[in-house]
Amino acid sequence: MDGDLAVPALLRLRGTKEGTLAQISGDVEHDPIALIKPDGTPTAEDRYSRDLPDETLRWMYEFMVITRELDGEFINLQRQGELALYPSCLGQEAAQIGAAACLRKTDWLFPQYRELGVFLLRGIPPSHVGAAWRGNWHGGLEFTSKRCAPMSIPIGTHALHAVGSAMASQRLNDDAVSVAFIGDGATSEGDVHEAMNFAAVFASPCIFYVQNNHWAISLPVEKQLAAPSIAHKALGYGMPGIRVDGNDVLACFAVMAEAADRARRGGGPTLIEAVTYRMGAHTTSDDPTRYRGHDELDRWARLDPISRYRTYLQNQGIWSERFEERIAARSKRLRTELRDAVFGAPDGDVTEVFDTVYAEITPTLTKQRNQLVAELAEDV
Amino acid sequence: MTMVEAINKGLHDAMSDDERILVFGEDVSTQGGVFRVTDGLLKAFGEDRCFDTPVAESAIIGICVGLALRGFVPVPEIQFDGFAYPAFDQIVSHVAKYRLRTRGQIGMPVTVRIPSFGGIGAAEHHSESTETYWIHTAGLKVVTPSTPSDAYWLLRHAIADPDPVIYLEPKRRYWGRDVVNTSEVGPPIGRAGVCRAGDDVTVLTYGGLVDTALSTSELAADQNGWSLEVVDLRSLSPLDFDTVAESVRKTGRCVIMHEGARTMGFGAELAARIQEELFYELEAPVLRATGFDTPYPPARLEKLWLPGPDRLLDCVQGVMELP
Repeated sequence: MDGDLAVPALLRLRGTKEGTLAQISGDVEHDPIALIKPDGTPTAEDRYSRDLPDETLRWMYEFMVITRELDGEFINLQRQGELALYPSCLGQEAAQIGAAACLRKTDWLFPQYRELGVFLLRGIPPSHVGAAWRGNWHGGLEFTSKRCAPMSIPIGTHALHAVGSAMASQRLNDDAVSVAFIGDGATSEGDVHEAMNFAAVFASPCIFYVQNNHWAISLPVEKQLAAPSIAHKALGYGMPGIRVDGNDVLACFAVMAEAADRARRGGGPTLIEAVTYRMGAHTTSDDPTRYRGHDELDRWARLDPISRYRTYLQNQGIWSERFEERIAARSKRLRTELRDAVFGAPDGDVTEVFDTVYAEITPTLTKQRNQLVAELAEDV
Repeated sequence: MTMVEAINKGLHDAMSDDERILVFGEDVSTQGGVFRVTDGLLKAFGEDRCFDTPVAESAIIGICVGLALRGFVPVPEIQFDGFAYPAFDQIVSHVAKYRLRTRGQIGMPVTVRIPSFGGIGAAEHHSESTETYWIHTAGLKVVTPSTPSDAYWLLRHAIADPDPVIYLEPKRRYWGRDVVNTSEVGPPIGRAGVCRAGDDVTVLTYGGLVDTALSTSELAADQNGWSLEVVDLRSLSPLDFDTVAESVRKTGRCVIMHEGARTMGFGAELAARIQEELFYELEAPVLRATGFDTPYPPARLEKLWLPGPDRLLDCVQGVMELP
């Protein structure tokens, strides 16, 4: 058999501008890349830089805290009956902020629905996220004005949209990268397979950023895949795969920056697996005590991304009480603003669902719209 | 020119006019498509604008969303009707819903070309009638031409449309010829056409069966003296019910003909709407000459299974000779 011919053939098909045979056929490191240990001290990792401006380091910390605070407020609002549903990102703040912080405003983001940190960093108002969970409108409000696709509920299908956007960048000759935010569960979906294959074949500037939070509702990641890791799957597609400590914001920033840089230079896609943990329920409708125990939660609580990063900043002399107080004050203000915007927010005009199906309403829809308007007039 | 040539010319002319238009799918570039519909586009427009994809229909449609979001006008090909099903989720959950999801801000100007329907002796999965799935999906437009001229203009309108259009190409008419006038703009999407005037019975049909209905009308006139009016629906969604109603008011009798299965076929919707709005104009029940509620049969049996002149004439007789 021509076993040793298989890999060069793959390389040629891939049309990659980068990557040696050793990289393609070589190992994916199973130990996640980490720059900060759980105790807040630096790791021995020296291939990636921790050297970011103090301002950037503080900015990321601030957004991690704000994300957690608003996440809590969203849960409160759901418990008070103001939101239909909310999927918490508790525990995933580093994975989200680190990844989004290194990107440019010209890059395109394709989220699933648990990416509150990403949305906030993009400048999407919390109430525009809340509109989706209150049931005011699908997908959130005006996400695309921030170069972020609307939240996508079907699992993994939006990975293909990210690839399409990346293929658009190749044709527009811009240097934007497109990022698909997916989870461990999504890696089982056929669309994610097709997306990774397309991105690799066309060497598109697309990054598949998988937050492996260990649970797809009740299914643990061990039962989601038989591969050594999610990152290992990259080898089969002919792209680099990287495992990163998803609770280490600097490591997430570093690997995403590396992947984005490679994509911008024409080096094609990257699969990143950020190993993190969903500390909360799948959504406010879920009861995780049915499928997981406290031991696991306690273990991950000790790996908390925010306290670890705070210790790191303290050791670096970048953190201060005043800084923390300022963040707390801002968080409080944002929580109040979110409550004010969501609490008792009026419903929209139902005729809008007829008016936004097509660019121009059809005769049949006009008739049905009029029927509903007449029905509602009778009710008054 | 043939319908294949007319669609090819439509693609060529559209791509010449608008550089945002991209054509892609399985075997569409070097090969020029399995039916040669995309022949020559690679040479004329280069591999950035006409490219082959890996064999993955969901991806072929899924990338349209990202491309359209970034300003492109995708015109993907699904190689055969039966292979549209893997792309069903992307079409129904995303392409069709994106405009509403973004409160009207982001449209999906995607034209999905699908060689469709039976009658060419093809293998399993190559002769499906998929139209009702798309008609049932809000946010999509669905068209199917019956002649080369109409194929050219419906395609031009579909590509220019700001919303997603499913463009079903009747394979069995691919090689029929007529003169295509590319300088006089054809009727828009949303308009049906009366292609034979008559007084006794309205025949509603579309795609490859329009020709069948026309030739059957000659038989009916010669053999029985029945005068059939044939309406080519062209645009299945949005439907031009005004043209349908005008014809049914005149004749008082209606027969619907389509290849797809009878139960919940498009004929069911048409008949329901006709009785809702035109009940007192009707001289007879609305009848349907359709395929059966079975999977599409093997090629050697399709001629027996497909609705043809006999089944149509039986229905016409049914509405003309009430007991």
